[in-house]
Amino acid sequence: MAKKHISFTLNGAAVETLVEPRELLIHVLREELRQTGSHIGCETSHCGACTVDLNGKSVKSCTVLAVQADGGEVLTVEGLAQNGQLHPLQEGFMQEHGLQCGFCTPGMLMRSYRFLQENPKPTDDEVRMGMSGNLCRCTGYMNIVKAVQYAAKKIQTPGGK
Amino acid sequence: MIPGTFDYHAPNSVDEAIKLLSSLGDEAKLLAGGHSLLPMMKMRFANPQHLIDLNRIDKLRGISEQGGSIHIGAMTTENELIASKLLQEKCPLLPEAARLISDPQVRNCGTIGGDIAHGDPGNDHPAVMLASEAVFVLQGPGGERMVAADGFFHGLYYTELAADEILTEIRIPIPPKGSGYAYSKLKRKTGDFATAATAVQLQLDGKTCKKITIALTNAAPTALRAKEAEALLTGKSLDEALIEQAAQKAMAICDPAEDMRGDRDYKIHMAGEMTRRAIRLALSRAGGN
Amino acid sequence: MATTAESMEREQKLEGIGCSRKRKEDPRFIQGKGNYVDDVNLAGTLFASVVRSPHAHARIKSINKAKALALPGVHAVLTADDLKPLKLHWMPTLAGDVQAVLADEKVCFQYQEVAVVIADNRYIAADGVDLVEVEYEPLPALVDPHKAMDADAPIIREDLVGKDEAGQGKRLHNNHIFRWEVGDKAGTDKVFAGAEVTVKQAMLNPRVHPCPLETCGCVASFDKVRGDLTVYITSQAPHVVRTVVSILSGLPESKIRVISPDIGGGFGNKVGVYPGYVTAIVASIVLGRPVKWIESRIENLSTTAFARDYHMVGELAADKNGRIKALRVNVLADHGAFNSHAQPTKWPAGLFSVCTGSYDIPVAYVKVDGVYTNKAPGGVAYRCSFRVTEAVHLIERMIDILAQKLDIDKAEIRFRNFIKPEQFPYHTALDWEYDSGNYPAALKKVMEAVDYAGLRKEQEEKRKKGELMGIGICTFTEIVGAGPSKACDILGVGMFDSCEIRVHPTGSAIARMGTQSTGQAHETTYAQIIATELGLPSEVIQVEEGDTSTAPYGLGTYGSRSTPVGGAATANAARKIRDKARKIAAHLLEVSPDDLDWEIDRFKVKGVPGQEKTMKEIAWAAYNNVPAGMEMGLEAVEYYDPPNFTYPFGAYICVLDIDRHTGESKVRRFYALDDCGTRINPMIIEGQIHGGLTEAYAVAMGQLIAFDANGNLLSNSLMDYFVPTAVETPKWETDFTVTPSPHHPLGAKGVAESPHVGGIPCFTNAVNDAFSHLGVTQIEMPHTSFNVWKTIHELGLDKQV
Repeated sequence: MAKKHISFTLNGAAVETLVEPRELLIHVLREELRQTGSHIGCETSHCGACTVDLNGKSVKSCTVLAVQADGGEVLTVEGLAQNGQLHPLQEGFMQEHGLQCGFCTPGMLMRSYRFLQENPKPTDDEVRMGMSGNLCRCTGYMNIVKAVQYAAKKIQTPGGK
Repeated sequence: MIPGTFDYHAPNSVDEAIKLLSSLGDEAKLLAGGHSLLPMMKMRFANPQHLIDLNRIDKLRGISEQGGSIHIGAMTTENELIASKLLQEKCPLLPEAARLISDPQVRNCGTIGGDIAHGDPGNDHPAVMLASEAVFVLQGPGGERMVAADGFFHGLYYTELAADEILTEIRIPIPPKGSGYAYSKLKRKTGDFATAATAVQLQLDGKTCKKITIALTNAAPTALRAKEAEALLTGKSLDEALIEQAAQKAMAICDPAEDMRGDRDYKIHMAGEMTRRAIRLALSRAGGN
Repeated sequence: MATTAESMEREQKLEGIGCSRKRKEDPRFIQGKGNYVDDVNLAGTLFASVVRSPHAHARIKSINKAKALALPGVHAVLTADDLKPLKLHWMPTLAGDVQAVLADEKVCFQYQEVAVVIADNRYIAADGVDLVEVEYEPLPALVDPHKAMDADAPIIREDLVGKDEAGQGKRLHNNHIFRWEVGDKAGTDKVFAGAEVTVKQAMLNPRVHPCPLETCGCVASFDKVRGDLTVYITSQAPHVVRTVVSILSGLPESKIRVISPDIGGGFGNKVGVYPGYVTAIVASIVLGRPVKWIESRIENLSTTAFARDYHMVGELAADKNGRIKALRVNVLADHGAFNSHAQPTKWPAGLFSVCTGSYDIPVAYVKVDGVYTNKAPGGVAYRCSFRVTEAVHLIERMIDILAQKLDIDKAEIRFRNFIKPEQFPYHTALDWEYDSGNYPAALKKVMEAVDYAGLRKEQEEKRKKGELMGIGICTFTEIVGAGPSKACDILGVGMFDSCEIRVHPTGSAIARMGTQSTGQAHETTYAQIIATELGLPSEVIQVEEGDTSTAPYGLGTYGSRSTPVGGAATANAARKIRDKARKIAAHLLEVSPDDLDWEIDRFKVKGVPGQEKTMKEIAWAAYNNVPAGMEMGLEAVEYYDPPNFTYPFGAYICVLDIDRHTGESKVRRFYALDDCGTRINPMIIEGQIHGGLTEAYAVAMGQLIAFDANGNLLSNSLMDYFVPTAVETPKWETDFTVTPSPHHPLGAKGVAESPHVGGIPCFTNAVNDAFSHLGVTQIEMPHTSFNVWKTIHELGLDKQV
C-alpha cells in the first residue's frame, strides 16, 4: 500500500508527512510529529483523552484518519499557549486544581477551548454537558468545572484574552 | 486498536463516489462520520479493502426548506442538526434527538446519513425518521430513487440501501405549526445507546389527537413503528388511561436483544415507559396537557 | 506555630504544611509536556503486541508463527517455548503463587497471553498478531466460584495438582488456594448461640476494575554493550519491579534501572508485574533494542489487576437495644486463575479483618476461602487498602440490616456501638490497634450539616406517597500506611519507606522518596512537609520519585501509604538535618545548641533578640564553616519502618431519589466528612476526596466486570464498563475533623483511599434504605437502573396509577 502525502497546519505551523491511509490522526500527531500532549485512553472513542481541534471543531483524533486532516487546521494542547503566555484555561486548571494525574488534561483543555467559543457564558450544568465526551478518573470533575468557569470569566473580562 | 490496511479514496462528487462504489464492489465501504465504522475497523470486526470517504462532497451537506419539506444532506453532522435554526423552528424533533446522541466530539463527526444507513437498531435517527415519516433519496448507478423510511429498515444491519447506492438526502415533511413532538431516551449514561427510546410526533385538533406517529429505538432488530398504538390514539382525546393502553401496545411489538443494559423484560417495560413519557411530553408541547 | 504578624508572614512564605498551595507538577501537564511511558521515544524502539486467548479455558494444541514471522517488519514471535530455556515462562506472583508469562500448554482465562509479536511499529505488530495461528481445544470453564470446590469441578491449575499448598497454607481442593481464619471461633459461636437478636446476610462485593485513564505499558531497553537494562514502566512501585526483574532475569539490581515517569492514574492497577512487561524485557535483552509494550483499554480491563469479587456472608449478634455482641463472617474469594493479588501483608485476605469497623465489638471470627476460577488474576486494587473496601462494605451493610431488624434509626444504632474517643488506642477483637479517632463527633457534625432529622421526616412523607427516597450512612474506619515490617513485606522486603534530602549551599533543596505519585501531587506535598520542617520555601524544594538509580529504596504508593510512611520518613529526614543545622547555628552564634529555639525558619538565641540564623544562612555555612569534627554538607536519609498502621476515618451521608418507573437513582446530596489527622494541603485532599467518591459512585452504581457462563467477558470496554462523565457524577460536599495519629511524626494519616472505602457502602446503603420500609434487606451492587428496577418490579412499585 503506497503511502499518501498529507499536509496541514499544526498549531499554526505547516507540517507534512507520509502516512498509510489507515494511520490514525492521534498516532501521526504523537509519533511522526512528536506532539505527545494528546493521549490515548481507549479504543472505542469514549474517553476523549485524544481530543484535538480540527478545522474549528473538537474531534477525537483516535477516530479520525490522518488523511482526513489533509489540508486542514489542527490545534493541539501544545499550541494553546501563545507567545509564552498561558491560555486562561491553562491558568484556570492550575488555579482551581482541575488536574491530578494529568492524563485527561490535554483533552479537557482542547475540548473546553472550543466549548467556550461555542458557549462563552455557560452554566455549570452546561459545562458538564459540554465536557461529557471527556472522562476523568482522578478529579471527580468538580474542579474541572471550576477551571472552565475561571477561564470563561477571564476571557469575558476586557483585557483578559 | 489498529485497523487493517485499505486503500483510501476521497471523491469530490456524488457521481465519483458512486462510480467508485460500483467498481470496487463489496470490498469497499463508505466512510461518513466514521464513528461507527472506524471503531469496528480498529477492533478488526470490519476489514474493508477500500474506504470511500464522503466528507469532501459538499453537495451532501446542507439543510434547506423546499416545498413543505426540509431537505437534509446525508453528511449533515449531529451538531449541525442541533444548531440549525430552521430545524429548531420547523422540525424540532430532530435536534431534540440529535442532542441525545453520543457526546459533543462525536457529534461533530457523526452524520444523519451514517446513523440511518448503518442499520444499527441502537441508532436513534431511524425511529425519528419513522415518526417523522421521512423519505430517503438513494442514488446509484441507475439514478435516484425515493424510499420511505417506513420500509427502509429490514433487519439487523440490513436496509433497503443497495450495495452500489449512496443515501444522499433525507426529506422530512414539515409538521403543521403547533404539532407536538418528543424523543424520550433512557440510557445508562450520557453518550450511551438507548436502553429504550421512543419518538413521537402528534397533531391535535382541539382536544382530539388528529394524527400521531410513534416509533421505538433499540427494541428490536430494526426501529419499529408502533402502528397499533397509533391507531388506538388517533381520533381520541388522550388521557392517562389511553396513553397506558398505547404503551402496552408498543410493548407488545418489542423484541429487544439482551445485553448489559438489561434483559428482555426490562427493555420491554422501558420501551413502554419511554412511550408514555414521549406521548405526554408531545401532548403538552401541542398544548393539550 | 506562628504567633506574631511577622512570624505568620514568614510562615506563609514557606507554603508549608496546611497551605493550599498550587501544585508544582501542573505546568508540564497543562502544556502537554508530561512524560508518560508511551511518550518515551528511544532510538530504534520496536513494538510488542500480545496474542491472546479467545477462550476462558482451553488446551493449546499448536502455535504456528510462520506467517507472522514472514511479515516484513516482524522481528520475533515469542511463545512459552521460547521462554522455557530462560525459565521465564512462569513467574512468581506477589502472593506466593506462580503465574504463566506466556501460556504453557493451556490457557486459563479469556485474553490470557499466549504469544508476543515484536515488530517495527504498532501497526505491523497488530498485523503480526492476526497472523499467529493458535489451535485450541476448549475445555469447560469454571466461572461460578461457588462451584469451584465441587467434586466434578474442572481443574484449572494442572501445574498445582498434587501440591497441597499454593503459597498461602494448606489447600483443600485443586481449585482451592487458601483458607484463612482469624478471631475466636468458639467464643463467637457461643455468643451467637445465646444472643437476643441475630441477623445474617449474604452480600456480594462484585468484580470491578480500577480503569486508570492511562493503560499499563513499558519501554524495556537492554544495552548489550554495557549490559545494562533500563525499563520505563507504569509502576506504582519501581523499586519492587527492579528487585523482581533482577530475580527473574538474573541481572544484578545494580545493572537495572527502573523509571516510573509520569503515570496517568494508578489506583492499584499498576502494582503487579504483568506478562507484557516481562516479555518486553526478554525481547529487549534478546534483540538488543528497546521494546515498547502499551496495552489497549480492552486488554487493560480484561487482564490486569481487577478488584473485589468477594462473596460474603455477614452475621451480627446483638442485644435488643442494638448493641453488637459478636461478628461472624464467611467469605468466598474469587481470585481468578492465578493468585497474583498485589497485597503486601502476611495475611492472604489482606487487611479484611478490620471488618469490625468503627464499632466496639467484643468478639469476632472471620473465615476466608480463596478459590481459582477461569478469570483474570488479581483481586487487590482500586483504592481498596488491601481488602478494606470489602471489610467496610460488610460491616456497614450489616449494621444497617441490624438497625432495620430492630427498627432502630440507622444513625442511632451507630452511636450505640461506636468505639468511644476515650477507648483509644483501641485494640479490636481481630487484633488491630486503632491509633486515634472520634467517631461520634464526625457523625454528629455530618448529621447536623444535612439536617438528618429533616431528611428522615421527608422520607416518611415520601413513603406515604409511594416514592422511593434513600438515606445512606457510612461511618468507616480505614487502615492505611502499610506497614510495620513485622506485618507486611513484599517478597521479603519490609514495608518501610524512605526519604533522602540534600540542602544546597544557596538554600534550595532536593529530596527523593521511595514512593511514587500517580496524580497525588507528591512533588508538592512532600515539599510542603520539608518546607515546614526546614524553614525553606516549598517552592525551592525539588521532589523526585520513580528513578531507582537515584531514589532510595521504597515500596511504592498504594493503600494511601505515602503520607503515613513516606511522609514520616520525610519529616524524620528533615529533622535529622535540622538537628545538624542547630549545631551549625550554635557554632555560628557562639552559643550552645540548647540555647537555641527553632522558630519557623530560623534558630533564635533564647532571650537575646536579634541573635538568629536562618536555615538559608545555615545552608551556606554547612559548606564552609562547621564546628570542629563535623562533616560538611547538609543532608540526611531516613528509612522509616512504621510502628503501626494509621486509621483515618469518616462519616458520609448520601441522599438519593429513585425513579420507580425506570430504576434510575439520582443522587441529591453527598456529604463527606473525612478525618486524616494533620492535613498537609487541604486543596489536594479535597481533590482526592472528589476523585475517590466519584470512583465509589461508579462502583456502587454501575461497574461490573461481567462474564457469561463460558467465561467470556461481557463488559471489557468503555462501551459497557461504567465510567461516569461529568453529567452523571454528583456534586460532592466535603468537610473534615482533625484527630492526629499519635504515632506519626506529623500526626498525619493518609486519605486518598478513604472516599472510595467509605463511599461505596454509603451509596449502597442509600439504595437499600430506599426499600427497607418494604422489608427488603439486601439489593446487590451495582445499582444499575436495570438491577434496581428488578426489585421495584418484584414489589409491584411501578404500577401505573
